Amino acid sequence: MGLVCVADGVVGLSFGAIAVSGGLPLWFPIALSLLVFAGGAQFAAVGVLLAGGDPVTAAVTGLALNARLVAYGLTMTEVLGHGRLARLLGSHLILDESVAFAMKQTEPAAKRAAFWTCGILIFVVWNLAVLAGALAGQAIGSASSLGLDAAFPALLFALVWPALSNRTTRHRALGGSLLALISTQWVAPGLSVLIALLAIVPSVLRSARDQATTTQTRS
Amino acid sequence: MHQTLWILAIGTLCFRLIGPFWAGSSRLTPRWQALISDATIVLLCALAVVSSVMDGHQFAGWARPIGVLIGMVLTLWKAPFPVIVIAAAGATAGLRYLGLS
Repeated sequence: MGLVCVADGVVGLSFGAIAVSGGLPLWFPIALSLLVFAGGAQFAAVGVLLAGGDPVTAAVTGLALNARLVAYGLTMTEVLGHGRLARLLGSHLILDESVAFAMKQTEPAAKRAAFWTCGILIFVVWNLAVLAGALAGQAIGSASSLGLDAAFPALLFALVWPALSNRTTRHRALGGSLLALISTQWVAPGLSVLIALLAIVPSVLRSARDQATTTQTRS
Repeated sequence: MHQTLWILAIGTLCFRLIGPFWAGSSRLTPRWQALISDATIVLLCALAVVSSVMDGHQFAGWARPIGVLIGMVLTLWKAPFPVIVIAAAGATAGLRYLGLS
């Protein structure tokens, strides 16, 4: 858990620095980290804004990435407990990391402990790191002379790398990235990334059709 | 910018609350779970590729993609995250210092 916190701290630092040195106001990355608290979506939204994209497109790109949190929420229902306040606060701590640590445990009490410890730790580390990075970004001034614009894509590749060992995922990611890259010629910045999703549309349709047939045969 | 913040914050909160508050005991099938996780990877990968190579509608120049490529090589060598990020930024900064845009 400690190593994960250190890694998140470094990512948070670079997020704050990239956003502010790229020209966004100091409050923006800080507010985003406190209220959205999802690294990938924050990077995506800031990336679209820095590329000159439209604010709503930036939000939609971030939301598309966060759709996975619905799936996490469904698996964490029992871990969060029954109190309304606990469920509300716990919901905000639903993250890739906290869910992964909770799922490693088998006992319900251990699951709960792992989820809350990890979630709270990362919330503190992430927000402090973003704050520090944003303040540093103000001092840096020019992001491009320091090559900070390469830091973000390099980090994204490092994050997705393990998932690409799966063949189907790799093909979808490659196809989607190509579509996105070609479409940058015609569509607004940010939208091209969403066009990558076309790569999984056939599988989504197939899954939906199969589910419809199984429900029919059951009834 | 305020628009981005509020749409993203409120939308994300709704996504997080669906499971714990409304879905009760309903579950996603493994097939849908796999599709959602693949969709996330596809988006992140496309974002990485586009932001490595393009600035809006224009080619971003060689310095950035070369820096990212060095970061990818370090990823293959299983270097820790901070090393990957700093090396990519450092290489790009060095190339720009040498006059390559």
